[in-house]
Amino acid sequence: MIRLERRPTPSRFWTGATPVLAVIATMIAGGILFAALGKNPVEAIRTIFWDPLFGQFASYSRPQLLVKAAPLILIAVGLSFGFRAGIWNIGAEGQYIIGAIFGAAMALAFYPMDAVIVFPLMVLAGAAGGLAWAMIPAVLKIRFNTSEILVSLMLVYVAGHILSAMAFGALRNPEGMGFPGSRNLQQYPAAHNAELIAGSGLHWGTVTAFLAVIVAYVVMQRHILGFQIRVAGEAPRAARFAGVNPARLTAICLGTSGALAGLAGLFEVSGPSGQITPDFASGYGFTAIIVAFLGRLNPLGILLAGLLMALTYIGGELAQLTLALPAAAIQAFQGMLLFFLLAFDMLSNFRIRIGRPEGAQ
Amino acid sequence: MKRRVLLATAAMGLGLATGGAAFAQGMDNVKACFVYVGPIGDGGWTYQHHQGALAVKEAYGDKVEIAWQESVPEGADGERVMTQMALSGCNIIFTTSFGYMDATNAVAGKFPDIKFEHATGYKREHPNVSTYNARFYEGRAVVGHIAGKMTKTNKIGYLASFPIPEVIMGINAYFHHAKLANPDVELVVTWAYTWYDPAKEADAARAMLDQGVDVITAHTDSTAPLAEIAKEGGNAWGFGQASDMAAFMTNDDGSPGPRVASIIDEWAPYYVKRVGALMDGSYEQIDSWAGMPEGEVVIGEMNDAIPADVKAEAQAMIDAITAGDYHPFTGPINRQDGSAWLAEGEVADDGTLLGMTFYIEGITGDIPQ
Repeated sequence: MIRLERRPTPSRFWTGATPVLAVIATMIAGGILFAALGKNPVEAIRTIFWDPLFGQFASYSRPQLLVKAAPLILIAVGLSFGFRAGIWNIGAEGQYIIGAIFGAAMALAFYPMDAVIVFPLMVLAGAAGGLAWAMIPAVLKIRFNTSEILVSLMLVYVAGHILSAMAFGALRNPEGMGFPGSRNLQQYPAAHNAELIAGSGLHWGTVTAFLAVIVAYVVMQRHILGFQIRVAGEAPRAARFAGVNPARLTAICLGTSGALAGLAGLFEVSGPSGQITPDFASGYGFTAIIVAFLGRLNPLGILLAGLLMALTYIGGELAQLTLALPAAAIQAFQGMLLFFLLAFDMLSNFRIRIGRPEGAQ
Repeated sequence: MKRRVLLATAAMGLGLATGGAAFAQGMDNVKACFVYVGPIGDGGWTYQHHQGALAVKEAYGDKVEIAWQESVPEGADGERVMTQMALSGCNIIFTTSFGYMDATNAVAGKFPDIKFEHATGYKREHPNVSTYNARFYEGRAVVGHIAGKMTKTNKIGYLASFPIPEVIMGINAYFHHAKLANPDVELVVTWAYTWYDPAKEADAARAMLDQGVDVITAHTDSTAPLAEIAKEGGNAWGFGQASDMAAFMTNDDGSPGPRVASIIDEWAPYYVKRVGALMDGSYEQIDSWAGMPEGEVVIGEMNDAIPADVKAEAQAMIDAITAGDYHPFTGPINRQDGSAWLAEGEVADDGTLLGMTFYIEGITGDIPQ
């Protein structure tokens, strides 16, 4: 008889080992899926995990990994604060959109002025936009005890409509001949978040993502805020006694994740994407939730998880192109990763016992 | 924008069909690659492009290799996918949605030896970028005639997506021919603000049906409007859009279904022609806007809900357009405000059509701005 026994404290070994196990299990289950589709599973797995890093065109795809991972890492780091404290911001996608709109609007307000101040102002506007959007669920939770999960999620759809209205209306390119979409910021040098070193994939968003990881790590480990967040999440009652102000913590956690998501949106719209279009949102805010959990809500883990997620995207594209794997199979493959992670998670909180329960007759 | 049929408002101003550099030497083997905005299984826009891709393979067999990628988001992801395609040896890359416009031109600039073909856009910033689109308004004219003849309430509907020239052109072509067939006809336009959202499309169709509209054409992709029309039990009719949607042609009991005809996007002739040109060395930069004569706009089989005489009239119109004898926008046609647009016998020029931002006379309501 197999039964589960709750561990008194989560196992440190399994906390570190489960992501690795989840990846291995995903490779095996994914391999079976690909084989069932009539593709060579070894080749498919190699195309997804190996080729983007060391394949023939890796000199192009390696920097692209950074470009793809940067917004995921930036958003996930922000989310991890709240998730650790039991404050669930599910609406990072909306904050990402609003940050991008604010940032782009700032840039377009200055167009075509060529001044060094433009980009820093855009960064501030992007962060402010994300922050403001996240403060809506924060204030509603603090004042009326609404669920931040529902409010932040619903605001994603509101943000999507604002995005559409902006692309068709206020931010539309006056030289775009009536088509929806803003001016391309890549063609406005003062606002362009270009690669800092050509071909490296490093732009200000990537740099900010790395900085966010370091700062988050220090705050979590060394700062009283990190302590409060952990205590609030692990023992809410004890947190009260330790003098944690739940309203303040809610505002800080939602505000931080909103500002970082807004920054991610700003760096994306001014760099790789270039334009506010009705379809600017590409799901980074939701994927970042997976990244945050895959990385165990730990900044360094999130860094690795973001890169891994980017790898499955870019490798998945290669597999579609070279092996004609359907896009849906790649999405299922990515879904398996989260599934296995959650399943194996059990091992860090429970012990598996084989045999009769102790003390049973 | 989720896709595509955004036509160049003032494409003319950008200098069309530059003729460009002819790429004289041919190729023995071509790898043709396709970037799709949706899943191949969408049953509409992307499905039809993929049918075109398969036709290329069918036409040239072992001499071509095709590769594709579905559900590619517009923007940064599109640019990366095109670059990967270019690096992996594609000779010609078709990008099948309007939103790939800037990315297509950016990547084309980095790979001057690879040909890029962008659907429905207007930017050709490099000699290796061509653009292509289809004259869907020809199909709208034919279904407009059928709608005018079939309506019993004298109210016909147009389920519109976005207020862009492509859609306005469709509305005008549909209404103009309905009115020619039935002078008492009135048009109801409902804006769904989506290309693909079955729930919204069904709601919009329902709203029109509840107002007494009994024939609807949709400018969105899903079959949801037809499913909604089907609930009227033979008292309302619709058309397949982008693909044939033949599943709605006949009801389970054998009676004619709600889809009386359809407007099909056929990209195969264009794709086969372009890949062929690349192989025989006659490839040139172009801006293609083809329609029924080239087989790119096709009316799907008309079912028996349409009376035989109306079928014959519709077929005659198809034949005339195909032969080049008839242009759906032939005067006299006035603008909505009553001012003259086309004089008797005058034919609309492409520039005006591509930048169409006005309704013709007889349509009530305003174009949303």
